[in-house]
Order: sequence, then C-alpha cells, then structure tokens
Amino acid sequence: MKNKVSKIVTLVAAAAMTVGMLAGCGQSAAAPAADTAVADAEVPAADTTASDLSGSITLVGSTSMEKLANALSEAFMQQNPGVTVSPEFVGSSAGIEALLAGSADIGNSSRALKDSEKEGGAVENIVAIDGIAVVVDPANTVVDLTKANLIDIYTGKVTNWSDLGGEKMPIVVVGRESGSGTRGAFEELLEIEDQCVYANELDSTGAVMAKVASTPGAIGYVSLDVVDDTVIAESLEGVAATAENIKAGNYFLSRPFVMATKGEIAEQNECVKALFDYIASAEGKALIESVGLITVD
Amino acid sequence: MKRNTSIIRSYKNKSAVESAAQIIFICCAFVAVLAVVSITAYMIVSGTPALAKIGITDILFGTVWKPAAADPSFGILYVILTSIVGTFAAILIGVPIGVCTAIFLAETAPKRIAAIVKPAVELLAGIPSVIYGLLGILILNPLMYQIERKIFADSETHQFTGGANLISAVIVLAVMILPTVINVSESAIKAVPEHLKSASLAVGASRMQTIFKVILPAAKSGIVTAIVLGVGRAIGEAMAISLVSGSSVNLPLPFNSVRFLTTAIVSEMGYATDTHRDVLFTIGLVLFVFIMLINITLTKILKHSNVEE
Repeated sequence: MKNKVSKIVTLVAAAAMTVGMLAGCGQSAAAPAADTAVADAEVPAADTTASDLSGSITLVGSTSMEKLANALSEAFMQQNPGVTVSPEFVGSSAGIEALLAGSADIGNSSRALKDSEKEGGAVENIVAIDGIAVVVDPANTVVDLTKANLIDIYTGKVTNWSDLGGEKMPIVVVGRESGSGTRGAFEELLEIEDQCVYANELDSTGAVMAKVASTPGAIGYVSLDVVDDTVIAESLEGVAATAENIKAGNYFLSRPFVMATKGEIAEQNECVKALFDYIASAEGKALIESVGLITVD
Repeated sequence: MKRNTSIIRSYKNKSAVESAAQIIFICCAFVAVLAVVSITAYMIVSGTPALAKIGITDILFGTVWKPAAADPSFGILYVILTSIVGTFAAILIGVPIGVCTAIFLAETAPKRIAAIVKPAVELLAGIPSVIYGLLGILILNPLMYQIERKIFADSETHQFTGGANLISAVIVLAVMILPTVINVSESAIKAVPEHLKSASLAVGASRMQTIFKVILPAAKSGIVTAIVLGVGRAIGEAMAISLVSGSSVNLPLPFNSVRFLTTAIVSEMGYATDTHRDVLFTIGLVLFVFIMLINITLTKILKHSNVEE
C-alpha cells in the first residue's frame, strides 16, 4: 500500500513539474502584455492631469546612447504614465536591424545611418551631438594633441610619448572593436578608416576607460560624457574637450546621436510622435544637456 | 483484498501509468537532442553563406581582418592560429600541474593537507570565468607590461600592448582548466586496481617508481580524457580571455595582443552588419567544428579504453 502511494506521488510530482515548466514559459511571455493592459486601464482614472496617452515604445540600439535613452524614457514615462518606454542596448547596427524588422519602434544609432539602412526605410532623426574625448592616463604630461598627432599615433607612425614632448614611454594604443559607433566616428573624423594599428581592441566604453586609467602610456577614445577624473581628456588643437566648444564647432571630434524611425516621424503612432515632441521641447533639451550631450536645433 | 497485492490496482491501470511515464521521459530526453540538432543546423545554415560569398580560402587562410573597411577583408587565419596556439600552450602549462596535483591528492597527500587542497580545487571549478578575467586585468596585465617594457626597451618595431597579450590569456586559461584536469585524472588514478600498486611495491619499487611506472601508465586513458576535456574548456572560453588578451588580430606571438575564435564573436557581434555578421557566424561554425572534433576524439578514446579492459 505504502509503495503504491509513493509511486503515485512520484508520478504526480513528475507530471506537475513538466506542466509547471510549460506553464512557466507561457506565463513569462504573456506577462508584459498583461502589465501594459493593467497600466492602460488604471492610469487615466488615477491621474487626470497627466496626458491620457497610452501604449508602449521600444528603443533599441547603441550602447553609447544608454545614458540618453534611459534618462529620456524615465522623464517621458513620468510625464505620460500610460506609456511604457523600454530601452535596450545592443549596438547601433543591431538597433537599426530591429527597427527595420519591426521589433523596435525607434532604432538608436550613434553614427549616421548607412545608405543600405536608409534604403530599408529607416529615417535619420538627429536628436543630439556627442563629443569624443581622447583620454590618456593621469600621469601623462602631454595634455594637448593636434589632429596630425592623433593620426600619427593611431596609424602607428609615432610610438613613443617622447616624440610628442612627453616622457620616454611607449604609447599603448587603445581603441574599440570594429563596427563600434565610437570607433567608426573617430576614424571617420580623422580620415584614417581601417588604417589604425590598435594594441587593444576593447568591446565597451567602460573597458577603454579602465584600461587607459590603469596603463601608463595608454591613449584611448570615449564619449565625452563618460570622462571622469581617472583619466585626462586631451585638448585638441588647443581646444579643451567641453560641450561649449563642441557646440561652437571648435572641437573636431564629435558625432550625431540618431533616433531612427521606420518612415517619417509624422507617420508614427501617437506615443512615438509625443516622444519626439518631448525631445524638441525645452524640457527635453535640458535633459539632453544633463547627460553630457549637445542639443541640435 | 489481501489476494490482490499489486502496487497499482489492476493490470490496465498499471500499464497506463507505465506508458505515460515512458512518454514523459522520452519528451524530456528529446529536449537535449532537439537542442543539439537545431544548434548544428543553425550553425551550418548561418555559417556557410559567408564561406560561399567570400571564398573558403579567403576566410580561413586570409591574414587581414578588416571587416568594416570600404574594401573589407575577412581573413581569420591569425584568429584560428591564436585559438590553437593558446589552447595548446595552456594545456602545456595546465596539464602537468593538474596531473601532479591529482597524484598528490590520490596517492601521497597527508589527510590534513588533502582536506585543504580538495575543497580549494572544487571552489576553483565554481568561480565564474569573468572573475578570472578581472584578476587577470588587475594582476597579470600590469606585471606583463613591466616585463614587456624591459624586454622591448630598445625595440623600434614592437607595438606595446600594456600587458594584454597571449601570455596573459594562456596563464588565465591554464588556471581555468586545472579543476577539470585534476578531478578527472584523480578519479582515473584512484581507479587503478590496488593489486597493481601492491605488486609493484612488493617487488621492491619505490613509491615514486610505482607512481610513474605503474599507476600513471595504468591510468593513461583517464588522463588523456582529462586533457581532451581541458582542451574543450580552453578553446570554448570567451569571457575571461576577452578581458586580458587585448583583442587585436595579430600573429599569436607571446607579447602580441591577440584575438581568439570566441572573443572574435563576442567582441564584434553587437555592432556587426551584413557580411561582417555572416562571417562572425562562420567563425562560430569553425569553433563548432573544433569542438565536434574534440568530442569525437574523446568518444574514440573512451571506446578504445573500454575495449582494452
């Protein structure tokens, strides 16, 4: 009798586990939809002063635009409680790919769109300008570089800081991986596409900062807004790497931040239109500046 | 009631329960098979278009990796060589240390020391690979940079990497394969029949003679298995070495910044488009083929040793 009971219990448990697994899968897929539905239903009643817009926007793309996209989605969701903005950071190209495949409403790209992407239907909406800072380790005595210096360093013609008026120390050339928006922008702005000789090709902004900060003689490039006091941001041609200088057009290492849409903004749904309206508003501009970027007019 | 003592009430019920259980088990077993089959199919489907488009020799034997250039070139020879050389070097360093540790644990360790070493090895196996990479950045890279600056002080042509080089990656890999090598060879050594050891000692062989002339040869197939598993672990590792190897595509020389098959995929997948992306899948396919070869070798060795016994 005991044996029989335990056998049945085991079987039931096994069956329950199997069912549980299947149910688990189904549930997790359904959950986001359910959440949005609840939010949609509740919000207008709870807060009548806020906009009655409801829906969801997915932003997918550049890791360089993470700060901007997160700040933007938070602020926008606060203003429009009925809208869910979900930013994902998978890289510029993957973002545009997701946009064109229909799995994203907006594709973030930290470079100008390629012709092949525009042909696919992506429309380039530049929302901000990002400066690229050239950073060296804090002990370095060289604090100003010319465009020619940078080209020589990154193409491997100059390999020691003593050639640039610094200490006798080898230059460790740090850069980003092929395909990165920052690398593309940097090489394009210096017109040294595919001629760079990197000693380190790292796959994130954070890794470049860490490597440069910890390696004597290292030089790297990162977005201006991530520069902190663990490194020195070089001034270029005597112009310091600041937002004012980039806005004034004196600092030559800068690139656009694009929030691409499939078709013109006017053709988008209400939520996406509202998001772009927000970006163009004074509040949106303040936000863009608050994350270290330069606004466009 | 007492006459009918079957666990399940009747034969019919019993067979229904039996077959239901059988079906559940079959379904579960097929999840794994399905995964392997779909991965294989997916790798072949997504990895071959680039081979056809660019040419097998241009990809496998080309030495220039410039995937995003206006005139792109997708040679991954250096990447393949790096994976082979790096794995081989890691085995050269890791296997002797691992086998010696296994001998120590299985044969010569005093109980108290074994009680410290054994849990340490097990803990090592559980440490996430990214932690190995972080330690590599903090400890190995600065050390390597100092050595690099001494060795190449007068070199005009050497490109300084700040310590992110092949040696750093090899050392990290060697440490990472230790737990696998130690555990598998230890069980192999422990499985050597006691009478072989006793006979050897009885005819007057010393302890070390017994270990090296009797026990190790007897445990040979187990140790080879350990090595093959170590190769598998080393060639498939990505996270740790992507942090310490520098990730530039270069010939795998000790002080060069290098890129492995795994890190080549990891580092560029986020931003790759079009053909570039296809080639990354091709690199995945190459890696997949390597792993398959290793698995086939392993199966052969295991079969062979079964036949011997």
